[in-house]
Amino acid sequence: MKTMKSIWNKSASVLATAGVWLGTGSLGLAATVNDLPGGPSVLQLNLPPAVTAIAREQQWLHWFMLILCTVIFVAVFAVMFYSIWKHRKSRGHKPATFHESVTVEIVWTVIPFIIVILMALPATKVVVAMKDTSNADVTIKATGMQWKWGYDYIKGEGEGIGFVSTLDGEQREMSNNGGPKKGEVVDDYLFKVDNALVVPVDKKIRIITTANDVIHAFAVPAFGIKQDAIPGFVRDTWFRAEKIGDYHGQCQELCGKEHAYMPIHVKVVSAEDYSKWVEGEKKKMAALADDPSKVWTLAEITQRGEKVYAQNCVACHQTSGKGGGAIKALDGAAVVLDADKAKQIKVLLNGQNNGTMPAWKSLSNTDIAAVISYTKNHWSNQTGQLVQPAEVAALRK
Amino acid sequence: MSAVLDHHDHAHDDHHDHAPTGWRRWVYATNHKDIGTLYLLFSFTMFIIGGILAMLIRAELFQPGLQLVNPELFNSLTTMHGLIMVFGAIMPGFVGFANWMIPLQIGAADMAFARMNNFSFWLLIPAGLMLVGSFWMPGGAPAAGWTLYAPLTLQQGPSMDAGIFAMHILGASSIMGSINIIVTILNMRAPGMTLMKMPMFAWTWLITAYLLIAVMPVLAGAITMTLTDRHFGTTFFNPAGGGDPVLYQHIFWFFGHPEVYIMILPAFGIISQIVPAFARKRLFGYTSMVYATSSIAILSFIVWAHHMFTTGMPVTGQLFFMYATMLIAVPTAVKVFNWIATMWQGSMTFETPMLFAVGFIFVFTMGGFTGLILAMAPIDIQLQDTYYVVAHFHYVLVAGSLYAMFAGYYYWAPKWTGVMYNETRGKIHFWWSLIAFNVTFFPMHFLGLAGMPRRYADYPMQFADFNALASVGGFAFGLAQVYFFFFVVLPAMLGHGEKAPQRPWEGAEGLEWEVPSPAPFHTFETPPKLNAAANKILA
Repeated sequence: MKTMKSIWNKSASVLATAGVWLGTGSLGLAATVNDLPGGPSVLQLNLPPAVTAIAREQQWLHWFMLILCTVIFVAVFAVMFYSIWKHRKSRGHKPATFHESVTVEIVWTVIPFIIVILMALPATKVVVAMKDTSNADVTIKATGMQWKWGYDYIKGEGEGIGFVSTLDGEQREMSNNGGPKKGEVVDDYLFKVDNALVVPVDKKIRIITTANDVIHAFAVPAFGIKQDAIPGFVRDTWFRAEKIGDYHGQCQELCGKEHAYMPIHVKVVSAEDYSKWVEGEKKKMAALADDPSKVWTLAEITQRGEKVYAQNCVACHQTSGKGGGAIKALDGAAVVLDADKAKQIKVLLNGQNNGTMPAWKSLSNTDIAAVISYTKNHWSNQTGQLVQPAEVAALRK
Repeated sequence: MSAVLDHHDHAHDDHHDHAPTGWRRWVYATNHKDIGTLYLLFSFTMFIIGGILAMLIRAELFQPGLQLVNPELFNSLTTMHGLIMVFGAIMPGFVGFANWMIPLQIGAADMAFARMNNFSFWLLIPAGLMLVGSFWMPGGAPAAGWTLYAPLTLQQGPSMDAGIFAMHILGASSIMGSINIIVTILNMRAPGMTLMKMPMFAWTWLITAYLLIAVMPVLAGAITMTLTDRHFGTTFFNPAGGGDPVLYQHIFWFFGHPEVYIMILPAFGIISQIVPAFARKRLFGYTSMVYATSSIAILSFIVWAHHMFTTGMPVTGQLFFMYATMLIAVPTAVKVFNWIATMWQGSMTFETPMLFAVGFIFVFTMGGFTGLILAMAPIDIQLQDTYYVVAHFHYVLVAGSLYAMFAGYYYWAPKWTGVMYNETRGKIHFWWSLIAFNVTFFPMHFLGLAGMPRRYADYPMQFADFNALASVGGFAFGLAQVYFFFFVVLPAMLGHGEKAPQRPWEGAEGLEWEVPSPAPFHTFETPPKLNAAANKILA
């Protein structure tokens, strides 16, 4: 079976390459790109290489089904094409008059029934294994948000670590500008994130999914997992990655306009590297923990605000602050210029226009204060107003 | 009751002595043939609009990066392409075939409720205008996918309300159409036309009509709940108030899965008429075809959650829906075997209707097999919401429903228009469509296996080659349909072409071939006397 697979893969690859070359390559449209290890390959024809036992089972099932279906398909249509060839009027074939046979009908009802049962048996075993999320070594909550992933390590080594993972801003910009330019090689286009999810190799990782706004789906093809992240509900899935490396997935449930721009990057590391990473993260968190009562200066806080803006706001409101379409402009906006700072704070905390502007409750008081101060003192908005974290805290219910 | 009917019949006779002309003929139409024509024209118009949206989608996806549209508009394009094709093109298209052919096939003078028939057609117009017009509403057209999953729908602009209203109207129209079809078939068959002698197309539509009546109200319920969530403070699907977004999916797919059979059963019916006609041999296993169609319809009610394997169902739920779904393969296989057995030892010719019918069986079966693969829950976890699913449902809806409608058009249009189509043009249309279709959708299987999610405005570079190929195929497929309109449909509408004989197909049987071509405005005003097989009129 293995050699057969590789022969099929190779010959299919050659055929596909030739076909695509004819279709597009000759027009000079194909941009240069290499396979992305742990992500998709160029002209990939089948499921990605399996890194977990479940993914391996899925692959086996898929081959099993593909071969079985192909054999049946060829057998059935061989009969049809034979008939088309032999029993045509132009060859002088006279029509027979038979039109009924209970025996034949029973035979070709029972045989497919048996085949279907044969197909269902091996699948049952895998379904049961897939759903067994008990005895996890590390439990991580993945929260889908429009449009990024929040990861919280809630049990096992690394407990307490939490961060948000967003698509690289440059790549998002690149997409707006028509994708990578000719000659530009971006193998991880739309896969690059600021903070990858880090997990140890050979450990059972349970992913609990939920969402803040609409339904998203957490999916990593190499692990064979896909689980919808549903607001107000928790669901779970699990994987045990067998190989160190980087693995890539994308949100797989339509979640609004930036649906294509919330990738998932899982970094599988050795147990030692994982411990080191956890230690480093904990230190960083301690250092970063903001003193909520700290009083900031304007220069300090707008500098912080610029970063928050770049991470969270720029996708919609643009670098220019002009927005576009349904997205309101911030530059010169009444609510930003208003002397009553509470108005803008409330918009950030609660969202606006039915979630077209989402609620940003998940950001810290300091981040919200910083980004408001930034917008109040950037572009043509030179209000000189400064929002302190305490003011946000006061309005947060 | 019969006295009243008799009275009405007389009134009608008097009225129709002055054949309606001009716009009145269409606006006040009560004749099943005219209404059938209106349905078919509406369906084709929506097919072209939905097709233009598809061309825009393929143009945007031709290369990575955003070139033509922004992501919000892209989502509107995919959403409206789906809604318009399903509710505007395919469903009314089959109702058009039903209106034209069912009274002719069962020897009835007209549909049972002629005025309701008029109403159910004219309801489509405001609904269609609202769907298409939503692109110009503030915030753009609905962009939550044709499945309209909550809570994304709760974030949408006012066009979502227009969309919901349009669906309500379309649903009302479908229900009226179905009632009409059921009553016509059950009460108005010519003497001697027993149920088990009825042509397969009438049978499949009878079953489809029951499916429609059962599930359209379910869809109406789901979208009404969305509407009240949006405006009246209810929280059916809004978790912030204790609602459940997954509940929406259960309700939607309880409608949605029977819906896919609503779109394919009449296609089975058309194919079951055409294959025997061109094999010059009776349909093999008529009785088992009726039973197979019925069991597909019944099974379609207990498989809905196979669309939801990734929502996180319990093990038992996944297993039940996996087994039930795979079971549907059995009656579907029986139908394919019966068609092939009908061809076996026949005396076949391959005019365009037969080409599309054989193309249907071949390509639709591929869609059936990918359906079986998707039914396996563990594989579905990988393929759910990827391009594999997109490939699968286009194999069953384009190569299935659409090809069957093309087949039905070439088969019956001589009866409708009185002129034959040009055989060479029909063959060009068939081969061009078949090749372009496969170039478009076959690579999508690979994209899906490689993990490319559907409804993505932009995609990683590794997916670029197959997307470019699919786009090239897509444009070619679109162009083939433009060819079909200008070189096949338009000449027929203008009456150009060879005059069609009463029975243009040597092997065609059934009452529709017992009346002249084009079919006169009124047919079977007095019930015809039928032979024992109920497929010929005794003089």
